[in-house]
Amino acid sequence: MTDLSTSGAFPFSAIVGQDDMKLAMILTAIDPGIGGVLVFGDRGTGKSTAVRGLAALLPPIRAVAGCPVNSAREADVPDWAQVHDHSIVEKPTPVVDLPLGATEDRVVGALDIEKALAHGEKAFEPGLLARANRGYLYIDEVNLLEDHLVDLLLDVAQSGQNVVEREGLSIRHPARFVLVGSGNPEEGELRPQLLDRFGLSVEVESPKDIDVRIEVIRRRDAFDRNRDGFLADWHQRDMDLRARIVSARAALAHVDADDAILRDCARLCVALGSDGLRGELTLLRAARALAAFEDAAAVTREHLRRVAPPALRHRLRRDPLDEAGSTTRVTRTVEEVLA
Amino acid sequence: MIDGEERWQRANLALACFALDPAAAGGIWLRARVGPVRDRFLAGLDLAVRGQKVSRLHPNIGDDALFGGIDLATTLGQGILTRTKGLLDAPGVLILPMAERAKAGLAARLARALDDHRGLSLIALDEGAGPEERIPECLADRLAIHIDLSDLALSDAPGLQIDTDAIVEARRLLPKVTVSEGTISDLAQVAVRLGILSLRAPLQALAIARASAALSGETEVDEPDLLTAVELVLAPRATQLPESPAEEPSEPEPPQDETPPTEAEDTSDSEDTPHIPAEMMLEAARALLPPDLLARMEAGRAARNAAAAAGSGAAKKGNRRGRPLPSRAGRMGGDARVDLVATLRAAAPWQTIRRKMTGRDDRLHIRMSDIRLRQFEERSDRAIIFVVDASGSSALARLAEAKGAIELLLAEAYSRRDHVALVAFRGDGADVILPPTRSLVQTKRRLGQLPGGGGTPLAAGLKAALELAALAQGKGMTPSIALLTDGRANVDLSGIADRAQAAEDATRMARAIRARGLSGLVIDTGLRPTRGLDGLAKEMRVPYLPLPRADARAVSAAVETALETA
Repeated sequence: MTDLSTSGAFPFSAIVGQDDMKLAMILTAIDPGIGGVLVFGDRGTGKSTAVRGLAALLPPIRAVAGCPVNSAREADVPDWAQVHDHSIVEKPTPVVDLPLGATEDRVVGALDIEKALAHGEKAFEPGLLARANRGYLYIDEVNLLEDHLVDLLLDVAQSGQNVVEREGLSIRHPARFVLVGSGNPEEGELRPQLLDRFGLSVEVESPKDIDVRIEVIRRRDAFDRNRDGFLADWHQRDMDLRARIVSARAALAHVDADDAILRDCARLCVALGSDGLRGELTLLRAARALAAFEDAAAVTREHLRRVAPPALRHRLRRDPLDEAGSTTRVTRTVEEVLA
Repeated sequence: MIDGEERWQRANLALACFALDPAAAGGIWLRARVGPVRDRFLAGLDLAVRGQKVSRLHPNIGDDALFGGIDLATTLGQGILTRTKGLLDAPGVLILPMAERAKAGLAARLARALDDHRGLSLIALDEGAGPEERIPECLADRLAIHIDLSDLALSDAPGLQIDTDAIVEARRLLPKVTVSEGTISDLAQVAVRLGILSLRAPLQALAIARASAALSGETEVDEPDLLTAVELVLAPRATQLPESPAEEPSEPEPPQDETPPTEAEDTSDSEDTPHIPAEMMLEAARALLPPDLLARMEAGRAARNAAAAAGSGAAKKGNRRGRPLPSRAGRMGGDARVDLVATLRAAAPWQTIRRKMTGRDDRLHIRMSDIRLRQFEERSDRAIIFVVDASGSSALARLAEAKGAIELLLAEAYSRRDHVALVAFRGDGADVILPPTRSLVQTKRRLGQLPGGGGTPLAAGLKAALELAALAQGKGMTPSIALLTDGRANVDLSGIADRAQAAEDATRMARAIRARGLSGLVIDTGLRPTRGLDGLAKEMRVPYLPLPRADARAVSAAVETALETA
């Protein structure tokens, strides 16, 4: 039930509007190093739909068939995993759902009680973090997540490794994933430490334009009425998008970013007073991914300008009285610095 | 207000529409207390969904019941792995009683299951006593039909007549029902004008309109069907009165001829189908809107904030993950952690007997009854943040009283796990004198150094308190704010003496505090009650308490009482 990488989801390219959100997700698909997307906004704006669509959109990965952590090579399969099938197969990119209220056991993995009790074996039952390796970890209502889980995720997201030391088990396995979080800010804030872990953050709101809203309803209705037909109609566009992502991945290493651009990044971050270097790095990576996505040979100021709001807006110091919101502050600063 | 009979009729219609295609409707949010009226409705429901799997959930249902798990009793007894099926695995109708008590975690799981198109639908029985007690928003959004049967007299609610044959017949017709292009845009527009932001609502309205058409034997969605959809789906969700801005709730509803024509007429591209103007639907919705719509919304929003404060955080999380308690026998479930050592200890004495009984001595014999679960006592620490006015207007004596109260509270803090923090404001700004602490010595020393004099930068003090509160919440504490002042704000946030700006800043900060759902109180230490302070307390939504001759003991007692009842 937690694996979203099944087909039959609403096609990513059929989502009307919400361009910021879609772009942010595409950028992390091109460069997973950007470090995740946070989607905050109203209910019923297609947040979950986009993530589920993304799962179907992403190109498959090649991994050892029976490996619980989706290892790419046989040598990488952890020794605790009893893998019988060592053949390399194509798997859909894992997009794993972390449900609210999931226990620590289910997230990090735990002693396999089933085997322990029924067969007297000490075995490790991998958790969601293992399954998300090399893929995506999706947390809906991330702002309602329990504190101890947040701490745990922070730790793993930081180190790329999941360490389990409990119940006589001592196990570590790689857990490199892109965090995708969504939530409604009215229902609770996110701790700044966790905010910072997300590379990009986007704010979505219900489309105000009546024609857009009508189009959303029309497409969704068509999807609900005739799923197969709708999927067939949009399949080609999803595949085109997939092809662009794949070619952008290849192009990523060749996209130039000269000193002037690096200087711009630094100046932007200093002007906004965002803490640490993480902001600058993310800004650069996101701009480079965007350049690759748009077949540009080098990062330009225009790219910076477009990725600055999602890359920086969640890194500002919160001002409880600033009703304009941090997006406005970023946009204003971008205009001043890159004038 | 609409009369009871009509509401009951509508409930009847809702049931029929729902029964036609439960999964498309998502479900019903039924607001009613337990009683004969609700029983009659549920009896009707049973009739309407006859033939489908109906399962009852409860608000504390565990993951193994929802998603299936290991059947431990059988597994252990026979040594063969046996799994149970989860309630969400097969399509069917779920009934969730006491839905207002459902936790965010359960709501998220159910919402996910409803989204997954596995043929599930949910009847949420909300027994909330007041408007602030309601089902989680993410569920409300996914259940198409909202019905309120509270205060309905039994005489208005005769047994429901469900024509099951008609439903079967209509179900056959449903896939053939067509909708004109103009209808979709009409529904979208009506939703916008009723202030419904979610895009699920118009889609659900569309589904209900289709069901209604099929029920009346039509293959085309017609005017009455749309009205039904508006009544069942859109009107209960309205967050604003159509045409009249939300700020003026008292304004009488505008008569029909005043409403400007919508764009629906011009944008319509379907000429051959009769086009129902959105106005008519709005009119229907307007007739159903409760007169106290805005008050309810406000309560709902406050409840959401309060729920967020409780659900996401402080009370539940605890910063120490609780004190371990002795393990107890129990079932393995999603939330429980097995205490292996205790389980083995419980099983140990039986090993010889069990080996003899089963004739196998190659392994441990553990039975269901041996399972011991770990238990933690989790209690969240309180953090009381004192915001003390140290300005010139606050006589030195009063400051001393505040100091005394803090010391008193702190002295009792050890037994109650309270943390105390102190923010003082004077001159042109506020200082955090004491971050949340339980150290009495430290407090005494810092309090002794607290200087007085200068203006009253109330807003700055509240802002510092708010930041401290956020910090405390992040650490898993439950913060409350106690404001002790005797004066009116005369220094604004930027430190400039400007009375008007200062008052406005203070009000805005008070609203920010309310938005976080913090509890607290405002103590007026002035000799005479200060005008404006009670208003400020109202903005913060905390009690206001004039204590002109307060001594340390009185302040401490007042804070204690106010926070106990909060």
